Amino acid sequence: MNGSKILLALMMLIVISLAACSGAASQPTSPSSPSSAETQAPPSESESGTKGKIVISNWDAYMPADLLEKFTAETGIQVELALHATNEEIVGKLVASKGQGFDVVFMTGQFADAMAKMGLLSEIDYAKLPNSANLFEEVKRIPFTRYAVPYTWGTTGLCYRSDLVDYDPDSWYDLLRPKPELAGKITMLSTDRWLLLPAQKALGFSANTTDEGEMQQVKELLIEAKKTLLAYDDTTFYSKLVAGEAVLVEAWDGWCNYGIAENADIRFVIPKEGSDLWVDTMVIPEPSKNKEAAYAFIDYVLRPEIGTWVAENILYKVPSRAVMGQLSTDLLNSFPNLTISPQELLKQEVLQDIGEAQNLYSSVVAEVLASGQ
Amino acid sequence: MKRLVPPLVLLGPALTWLGLFLVLPLALILVYSFFQRGAFGQIVPQLTLANYSRLFNPTVLKVFLNSLRIASLVTGLALLLGYPTAYFITHQPSRWKNTLLVLVILPFWTSYLIRTYAWIVLLNREGVLSRLLIAVGLSKEPISFLYNDTAIFIGLLYGYLPFMVLPLYSAIERLNPELREAAFDLGATPLKTFLQVTLPLTIRGVVTGAIFVFVPSLGNFFVPELLGGGQRFMIGNMINNQFLKARDWPYGSAMAFGVMAIVLMLLLFQAWVTRRTEEG
Repeated sequence: MNGSKILLALMMLIVISLAACSGAASQPTSPSSPSSAETQAPPSESESGTKGKIVISNWDAYMPADLLEKFTAETGIQVELALHATNEEIVGKLVASKGQGFDVVFMTGQFADAMAKMGLLSEIDYAKLPNSANLFEEVKRIPFTRYAVPYTWGTTGLCYRSDLVDYDPDSWYDLLRPKPELAGKITMLSTDRWLLLPAQKALGFSANTTDEGEMQQVKELLIEAKKTLLAYDDTTFYSKLVAGEAVLVEAWDGWCNYGIAENADIRFVIPKEGSDLWVDTMVIPEPSKNKEAAYAFIDYVLRPEIGTWVAENILYKVPSRAVMGQLSTDLLNSFPNLTISPQELLKQEVLQDIGEAQNLYSSVVAEVLASGQ
Repeated sequence: MKRLVPPLVLLGPALTWLGLFLVLPLALILVYSFFQRGAFGQIVPQLTLANYSRLFNPTVLKVFLNSLRIASLVTGLALLLGYPTAYFITHQPSRWKNTLLVLVILPFWTSYLIRTYAWIVLLNREGVLSRLLIAVGLSKEPISFLYNDTAIFIGLLYGYLPFMVLPLYSAIERLNPELREAAFDLGATPLKTFLQVTLPLTIRGVVTGAIFVFVPSLGNFFVPELLGGGQRFMIGNMINNQFLKARDWPYGSAMAFGVMAIVLMLLLFQAWVTRRTEEG
């Protein structure tokens, strides 16, 4: 092997590893369970063109795999599906394009909130969504639903191994100041808002607080809590719980269910200090040129059979009377947090976009994460 | 004019690629770094230096220094492991050389991210290593090797070691063996031969390998997140957070340029070493 061959090999190596890096950059944080993925637009129907075409963006596998095909067969509307891995990714795209390029987008409520405040979303006319009659009245009281149609909802709490924790945790302090035997077997979520949430709620503050003094206390409590932490983890915490590496973790209710599916000793509880209420929604960007078709799509998704699929497969709560009323007792017994009532959920605080205070939040998060090293 | 055409045809595709996908995005990032973040995460085109002055707060400096420390240590370890490996490979019969080099490159056939997950399987509390230690009686309790600095070192060293071995191999291979023989004939000990003949003559490989390992280690963000349990915060994580979580692209851009300034200094140093060794 001579020098130029080595150089060639080296360059190939760099190209390959760069490709590997870029793969890592789009690390999946999709909320869905690993199941078959619908990644392509359905095949063209003969009546195409007459009813137009819409472009939607959703998390991978966050709706039934055959939904688009059936929708097109029924309505003649062609659908092109794009995927996003995170809210931040799709918001970045929409902000950069001033909302153009998509007709329906799935995103979490506080992001829809920010998008609406930027004037990028079209106000929802619920009269055009007959199936929205199925939605709980309670969910429509959340302000951002003026611009965003609820798809799923839930909260954040403690997910734990009842066989390895010999008492019933019920407070954020069980996570932040754990009993000595639990130290080093605890994980917290690593995305900013949920990293801060346990301390904000434990101290009795709002999850949307922008007060510097309060955030200072939040920071101190979190730096203290970091010492008894196993890891910050957004994606594999339920596997750590199943493996017994962790025994008590901060978790989204739906994700705790993925742990419960593998180990029936896992339990979920909303801490007594309260928690957040998140809502995943569907929005119509203002520049969409085919709003009628967008409404038709959203109305289709609001059908009870779609919501039932979500509850049974994604294990998330769906804010629809028609869905929650007809879930099987087996499912509800296996995953008790599916039975948390709308009233109970609405007692939790809706996360809102914090606007200018993002700088404050970022610096607190950075100081917490950089502490103790 | 006619003679200019072939080089343009040859270089054209690569130059277009670099221009569109490297220079242009970098220029955008540079411009962003002087803009402001709007209240909802949009980029507001109002010029400011605030993103750069925010780099000088103690937390950011601490993260920078910590990342430099980790990347330096990884580079040092990679050199200690990589030099003997490269030296060994160059001294094998040529049919073995190619096989060994392919083995060095082999891990790159799988995504680094996937291989990092594999380390989790090996090192976690219920993992392969922990079970092995219990099985042979070296430990009674399950041990977690994850979520600390050592796990990050292992992950980075494992991932970037080939980048050290290959340039070193190339440098050692090019070395004229007669020079070493001459040193022996003139009475130099093996150690002295290595330090005064072999090492100086392969120093360019050392510097190249060191930069190939140092630069990606400095910017890596998924190894600290996965093997460090997100508790060890490196500069790559911080930049990643600004872009993906805080949606503060201007600040993230300024951080990225901070890292690039460091990398640029290293490349200038490499150029300086190259020139010196060519002169000498």
